[in-house]
Amino acid sequence: MGIGGKTMGLGLRALNRFAGLALIDRLGLRKPAEKALYHGARLGFRGAGSLARGLGATQKLLKPARLARGSSSGLFDLTPTEEQAMLRDAAASFARETLRSAAAAADAAGAAPLEVLAGINELGIAAMSIPEAFSGVGSERSAVTQVLIHEALAYGDMGLAVAGLAPSAVSTALVLWGDEAQQSAYLPAFAGEHAPVAALAVNEPQPLFDPLKPQLRARCTAEGFVLDGVKSLVPRADQAELLIVAAALDDGAPQPRPALFLVEAAGAKLRYAAEPAMGLRAASTMRVEFDAVKLPSAALLGGGDPTIYRDCIRLARLGWCALAVGTAQAALDHVIPYVNERVAFGEPISHRQSVAFAVADIAIELEGMRLATWRAASRAEQGLDFARATAIARRLCADKGMRIGSDAVQLLGGHGFVKEHPVERWYRDLRAAAVMEGVVLI
Amino acid sequence: MINLETPKKFRRLVEQAHQVATELFRPNSRRYDRAEHVYPKELDMLGALLDGMNAGGGGGGAGAAGVRRNGGEDEGNRNGSNLATVLGTMELCWGDVGFLLTMPRQGLGNSAIASVATDEQLERFKGKWAAMAITEPHCGSDSAAIRTTARLDGDHYVLNGEKIYVTAGERAELVVVWATLDRNAGRAAIKPFVVEKGTPGFELVRLEHKLGIRASDTAAFVLKDVRVPRENLLGDPAINVDKGFAGVMQTFDNTRPLVAAMAVGLARACLEETRKLIEQAGIELDDDAPAYAQHAAASEYRRLEADYEAARLLTLQAAWMADNRKPNSLQASMAKAKAGRSCVEVALKCVELAGTLGYAEGEHGAGLLEKWARDAKILDIFEGTQQIQQLIIARRLLGKTSAELK
Repeated sequence: MGIGGKTMGLGLRALNRFAGLALIDRLGLRKPAEKALYHGARLGFRGAGSLARGLGATQKLLKPARLARGSSSGLFDLTPTEEQAMLRDAAASFARETLRSAAAAADAAGAAPLEVLAGINELGIAAMSIPEAFSGVGSERSAVTQVLIHEALAYGDMGLAVAGLAPSAVSTALVLWGDEAQQSAYLPAFAGEHAPVAALAVNEPQPLFDPLKPQLRARCTAEGFVLDGVKSLVPRADQAELLIVAAALDDGAPQPRPALFLVEAAGAKLRYAAEPAMGLRAASTMRVEFDAVKLPSAALLGGGDPTIYRDCIRLARLGWCALAVGTAQAALDHVIPYVNERVAFGEPISHRQSVAFAVADIAIELEGMRLATWRAASRAEQGLDFARATAIARRLCADKGMRIGSDAVQLLGGHGFVKEHPVERWYRDLRAAAVMEGVVLI
Repeated sequence: MINLETPKKFRRLVEQAHQVATELFRPNSRRYDRAEHVYPKELDMLGALLDGMNAGGGGGGAGAAGVRRNGGEDEGNRNGSNLATVLGTMELCWGDVGFLLTMPRQGLGNSAIASVATDEQLERFKGKWAAMAITEPHCGSDSAAIRTTARLDGDHYVLNGEKIYVTAGERAELVVVWATLDRNAGRAAIKPFVVEKGTPGFELVRLEHKLGIRASDTAAFVLKDVRVPRENLLGDPAINVDKGFAGVMQTFDNTRPLVAAMAVGLARACLEETRKLIEQAGIELDDDAPAYAQHAAASEYRRLEADYEAARLLTLQAAWMADNRKPNSLQASMAKAKAGRSCVEVALKCVELAGTLGYAEGEHGAGLLEKWARDAKILDIFEGTQQIQQLIIARRLLGKTSAELK
């Protein structure tokens, strides 16, 4: 399958397949075969441990590499750019052909097949958010593009999408907030064909959990930090080489402040326990315990800046919004043919207003969820304040998304309750949009 | 590039509309809510201003510019009169929905004329205030059941029947009356006729007393052998079964986003006043804290704000699609359905959150909440009720005819 995999080491196979060669040229992927050089680098920290070693394995930059911000024409516009449309279509095709058919088995097994995860990686989602300096192909930062891709993949299956997207949340965080040393140490690996397993761990097992007040504590010491606490529902945690962990930074100030920490799993002596949930089962969610885990001072991401922490929480919530939109769209598209074909009392049940209006409401609320999510993402990528827009999108996707999941099962009746149809899985997955923090990032 | 912010080019228009709403609408809101059927003469001076806005190409009045889907010349993304009009409407209705509905020369009839009239008719009816008469005592949503008849007699049509719920019927100079050329020919025979006020036999028999939008007069007419020049039939006089109800429907495609915009403007007014009250009560609205880590009032407010925002974005989407000549019937109905029900929910909840400050009549600010909650209800009814919008949406999604999904 070629071009992508071998000559460029970028694994944009699926993208290439659907988007044709023109896009590859436009994105400037064609030029450097030398990017394959970074294949070596991707093993830089794999299993081996120290941050210093990772650093040595790649180039050093004088300052962190960030992606440029897109500029708007100032016009209202709901049309994705040509590139966004191609990337979205590639993701959508993959979701339809691969994710949907693999979903039921992955849900039952509580794990995502490795070839499916490789396929998601081949879409180049991480690579296109990583600057060229680190062998990525990104030039512009686009939160909207990420939203479109999250949406498209969740249309196939939310659990598999989460499993596949989790590593790119870590690379996106590094691009956005990593310093030059952190970026050099880790980013090249994420751009490669065999991106490391990684996860952004924010949730904790508490009722009314507020991600701005994590209980996991990071105490300052002379050497760095010591972490104590528990993270919940971390996808594929036991296989992760790198975690970004939300913790309360206790540096002697009267109030601890929330901050993000890079944790290399090797040598950190983390304790893992399987934590299967109502949904997202293909993502192999786990609980991770931190018991006096020592980190070097270089592990603090973004200098502990609270505004960065807030941005991270918001961008993650928008990721969940996009996933909910994709899954809700799947539900609508499944329900329509069902209610048209199902006959009761001598005619299709869709001829009854109670059924037809439920379908109409799904469509109305789904479109509102989508537009609110797009708006928040678009504000984020333009550098505008996106706190309120995110709160609104989150609220809509939590409330209406779940309603859609519930109505989809209801419209199928008993058939919706059994695993013959995917709607019971969507019902379970859609509840996540209100519960989950972190994990994905747009 | 995907961008859902208010276009820069319309910011001035939005500001102007907001000033009109602030300086002219709000201070007079309560007076004309109490003095039902008294014409708000303050609006006269606005007529000229809006004529200017509509003529300015960018559109942006109260919606009477209608939508003419003429051949498009420019390529690429367009932000045109539809978007400008819904943005202007939102601002004006943040001020007062009733006033918007009774703005000189901004009637629904003007919208119909602008949308389906010939160039000659456009010229002839230019500068006149036109109301719209569709509903009859026995039929509302089912507009195909219209009984008012039009019979050709020489150079005139002779109209007979009864019309109710004619917004601005008293104040308008023209009324676009929908009547059937042949009661046996169904929808295709239903045509719009421009009837001038003062035409013999065209009698205003009653003004309604209403729950809300009292500044806007709502008239009932009886038509008894009303002779209308045959050139006053808007559009094509032929009974074309294929095109059927296209005229009415085309008008509705254009006016549904406008009514949605009215609802959005009203909802924003409620939310703004309620937010002030909540914050005065010492309750913080936190964008990042989870809903359940906040005061119940803050959490409820965020829920209302979320519905408002969904309605607002759906409305902008429908207008943007019209500007870009994309078929938007589905999106127009979704916007109307969402905005109509959300504005009622928002307004009623805001009264509840505000307590007696919201329930009692006042002259301004929170004192208008109870009025807005009364005004809101019509927005989920006229120009297609919630249920009619759901029927339209469901039929389209499910691929059903009106015979199958009734």
